[in-house]
Amino acid sequence: MTVFLLILISSLAVYGFILNKSKASVMSDTNIMHSQPHYHGLYSAFITLVPAILLLFFWSFIVNMITNITLKDFFSDITDTGLIKFYTDGVIGYAEGATDKIINHAGFMPAVEHYQALQHNNKILQFIVISTLSLMLFRYSLKFVEVEFKARDYIERVIVIVMRASAVFAIFVTIGIVLSLLFETLRFFDSVNVFDFLFGLHWSPQMAIRADQVGSSGSFGAVPVFTGTLLIAFIAMTVATPIGMFSAIYLSQYASENIRSYAKPIIEILAGIPTVVYGFFAVITVAPFFRDMGAFFSFTNMSSESALIAGSVLGIMIIPFVASLTDDALTAVPRSLKEGSLAMGATLSETTKKVIIPASFHGIVGSFLLAVSRAIGETMIVVMAAGFAANLTFNPFDSVSTVTVQIVGLLTGDQEFDSPKTLSAFALAFVLFFITLVLNVISLTIVKKYREEYE
Amino acid sequence: MTENLKVSIRNLNVFYGKKQALFDVSLNIMEKEVTSLIGPSGCGKSTLLKCINRMNDLVEICNINGQILLDSVDINEVSQDPVLLRMKVGMVFQKPNPFPKSIYDNVAFGPRLHGMTKSKEDLDNIVIQSLSKSGLYEEVKDRLYEPGTGLSGGQQQRLCIARALAVNPQILLMDEPCSALDPIATAKIEDLIAELKQQYTIVIVTHSMQQAARVSDRTAYMHMGELIETGMTKTIFSNPQHEKTQDYITGRIG
Amino acid sequence: MNNISARNKSEKRFQMYGKTAVLIAIGFLVILLFNIFSTGISAFKQTYIAVNLEIPADFDKKNINPRTELNKHFLKMFPEATTRTERRALLSLLSKGARYEFSELINQNKERSIQGYHWFLASADLDMYIKGTVKRQGDTAGRIDENQMFFIDKLLSKNLIELQANKYLLSSADSREPEMAGIRGAIIGSLYSILIAFLVSFPIAVMAAVYLEKIASKNKFSDLIETNINNLAAVPSIVFGLLGLAIFLNFFELPRSAPLVGGLTLALMTLPTIVIASRAAIKSVPPSIEEAAIGLGASKVQTIFGFTLPLAMPGILTGTIIGIAQAIGETAPLLMIGMVAFVVDVPGSPLDASTALPVQIYLWADSPERAFTERTSAAIMVLLGFLILLNLTAIYLRKKLEKKW
Repeated sequence: MTVFLLILISSLAVYGFILNKSKASVMSDTNIMHSQPHYHGLYSAFITLVPAILLLFFWSFIVNMITNITLKDFFSDITDTGLIKFYTDGVIGYAEGATDKIINHAGFMPAVEHYQALQHNNKILQFIVISTLSLMLFRYSLKFVEVEFKARDYIERVIVIVMRASAVFAIFVTIGIVLSLLFETLRFFDSVNVFDFLFGLHWSPQMAIRADQVGSSGSFGAVPVFTGTLLIAFIAMTVATPIGMFSAIYLSQYASENIRSYAKPIIEILAGIPTVVYGFFAVITVAPFFRDMGAFFSFTNMSSESALIAGSVLGIMIIPFVASLTDDALTAVPRSLKEGSLAMGATLSETTKKVIIPASFHGIVGSFLLAVSRAIGETMIVVMAAGFAANLTFNPFDSVSTVTVQIVGLLTGDQEFDSPKTLSAFALAFVLFFITLVLNVISLTIVKKYREEYE
Repeated sequence: MTENLKVSIRNLNVFYGKKQALFDVSLNIMEKEVTSLIGPSGCGKSTLLKCINRMNDLVEICNINGQILLDSVDINEVSQDPVLLRMKVGMVFQKPNPFPKSIYDNVAFGPRLHGMTKSKEDLDNIVIQSLSKSGLYEEVKDRLYEPGTGLSGGQQQRLCIARALAVNPQILLMDEPCSALDPIATAKIEDLIAELKQQYTIVIVTHSMQQAARVSDRTAYMHMGELIETGMTKTIFSNPQHEKTQDYITGRIG
Repeated sequence: MNNISARNKSEKRFQMYGKTAVLIAIGFLVILLFNIFSTGISAFKQTYIAVNLEIPADFDKKNINPRTELNKHFLKMFPEATTRTERRALLSLLSKGARYEFSELINQNKERSIQGYHWFLASADLDMYIKGTVKRQGDTAGRIDENQMFFIDKLLSKNLIELQANKYLLSSADSREPEMAGIRGAIIGSLYSILIAFLVSFPIAVMAAVYLEKIASKNKFSDLIETNINNLAAVPSIVFGLLGLAIFLNFFELPRSAPLVGGLTLALMTLPTIVIASRAAIKSVPPSIEEAAIGLGASKVQTIFGFTLPLAMPGILTGTIIGIAQAIGETAPLLMIGMVAFVVDVPGSPLDASTALPVQIYLWADSPERAFTERTSAAIMVLLGFLILLNLTAIYLRKKLEKKW
């Protein structure tokens, strides 16, 4: 029925387009029209189609809501909301013929009948109302074909509205992120104290797997997770900063145009390799390498999931970010400053250290912060190379865990809904989002301000 | 006026890639004189200037042959270090380019770089002397530690001159130093040049013939990469030997 | 007075640091790629065993158990296998997949007799030994015991073991048996996701970019949108996964593990990348062309669609392809929306449960089986191949479209 309705109003819209267009083109033979014939056609198609579609959309949404509410009444003796959901889904599935599974409950068959009756009446009513609306609008749109009529302006106004909506969509994504994280986080804080979460020193959410277990609340002190994240990010930056910055300095100041044109894209390939590949690399190559090194120096208490392994592979991944952002900052320094310094008899390294780097310092700091934010938010490398046990330690040879590892661990595999264990992932993600957001805002502001300095 | 030869350019050819920018240029520059290089745009006067302190080394595709003798030593010889050369041959650019540091640090840049001073007092003295020589000291003495980029265009250019003077060079190259400045600032710089030539050998590239006539002792006229004519400024402007020079000076080309 | 030699030494040192840094970075890349390729290349070959079949044409081919039938023929080749342990050792050399190959062979030759040696898939343990991944120690090698080794040596001496092209890798979905596991399901899942991500994000992103560059007046609101988009570009990808989980799965109740949801989530993630690239491309269109169009009486929207967008298209497409390439390698958000299940079927539609190529890599990398390691590398090679293809397309498009204008 719905498909038929859609076909009907679409063909009406096409018909309106053809009618108005041909009418307008006849007119345009003798007159100078404000709008081209196809705009008149589009106008009719738009008027016929869009209100009807929007109505259909809202209609379905509201009817779905009503159906859900009324169906729930048939299972009012059940308290578990998850189970009610399961039953109502079963009713809909059976009524639609998708499954022939009958659930053993007194309300089941009445609910099925109720649903079928509701759907039947709804479909007929929907068809009549929407097709009438569409037809009326179609007739209405035919009147507008006139020499003076500004069909183009209307169509363009709609296009601009669509564009504006697309731009605003980005804001809704952000709001969606904040709300969905915040909502679940607040529910998490219903069962776990905020301060226990932020300042607690013991993290073992796995305690909460079985509800009947003694001490089933688990412990949600996130400090070990935060310190683990910082430790790994610190190791990553220790690897990436010198290599990335010196590469950028070499390529922007020393290398010939020829070398630069090869080396720069090659280094950037590192940024294009999916992080899951780095994770695999960490597991099959870097971890054995570190283990052998440890054995060689007869240093045996190194964990196979040590922070050092995850951190250094993460560092390799970060190199191109540091390099290309630093390169941007360095090349933004006006050439006249470089020449001025060289003409004073400074060597190139002295010029770089004493003039170019100070002049681009803001940009370099900004790039550094962006890289840190990247390191903190990176998931796959640490999931594969770092451990899940959150130890409170700053020893790089120990195994530590990070915020992202915990989120993945808590939300994949068997999860029970609404348990503090699952919700804690959202609380961690909220912290992660907040910290990376702050880092990004600071670095973007710094970079922007610095860019303005030389514009 | 002493007639000592300071720089002698002999049969200089400069190529940027395949394009030849200077053709067999030979020019003598006398000590403690102002020599101006004039000519229409693209005639190679800036290229010639940059050869004197080897700033063209920075251009990858640049090839130089011929000789430039500074105090009878070829500056392009392998044993010659460009760093030492540039200490002796300072440069002032078309657009003022103070470093984004304080006024003091701008001037102290060179002396610190070359390790010229032993104590803070020595350095203070050099900074004050250099700023005084460039006529800027009185204007900025209360704000030596403010950024050099906050000065006006003319002041910035004089700061750059002070910066160049601080390493005690023998020669000062000026690449259209007034082209970005207003007439009053220009006048100040021109006065300064007149004063500086007591101590320094100055080579100035300029677009303005009036400026060349006002400040320089000798003038070299260049055209399409060739040195057409050189001589005392008075002679060149009153009685040019070459037709092209005549055309340029009288405004028929350029 | 001058310490010029010391300064020159320091200059040399500084330059050397830079050179070393570049070389280290490139070295990492080389090591990484070399590692992947050297472990992955062997996965494109697979060990097969030749079994001598003697099935007459009139044999009742409908009512046979392919497993016992195949085993019967295999055992017949080795009368020396008498004890239960020996027979089991011999049969364990064949993969579970062999019986499927056998029944397929039967189906193809319903009316004909089947005679002579036919190749059947070998087990992963044998495969690892033949490829040399697992080394021989005396009469054992890894999980291969003395009994198995005895028959392996026999088979080898008769040239009945061979490495052939691996047809499972690219044509089947995941499996518990490494020798039968392939990435077709994951590739199809990835393609569905990417297609949806592109269809959703591209129009929205281009419209948004046009709005910000050409229509919006510079005010607080457009500043807000701009900052917002720049920040979204730097939000960790896993956060987008949680957004997808909360919005698409929990709120809209779309099916879990489906490429549709994966695609929508990746669309949100790629959106800012495409917006930023599109804005840069639109900005680089010379305003003189637009002014000329407006001067001839075109409206703003006509100018945008007739001149600005076509001129900016190479840049927009390049940015889009880069965004899509990022999305195709993205794993973390897909884990959040459940595209991490063990799926043995190739998905038939974007609503079926599925994995994606990078998720498959993650799953296999986690597996303790040695035989999965080479497959992981092979899957990575395929993924990198896709990325290279995308980037080459971007370069090609840019060159081609740029010439036209």
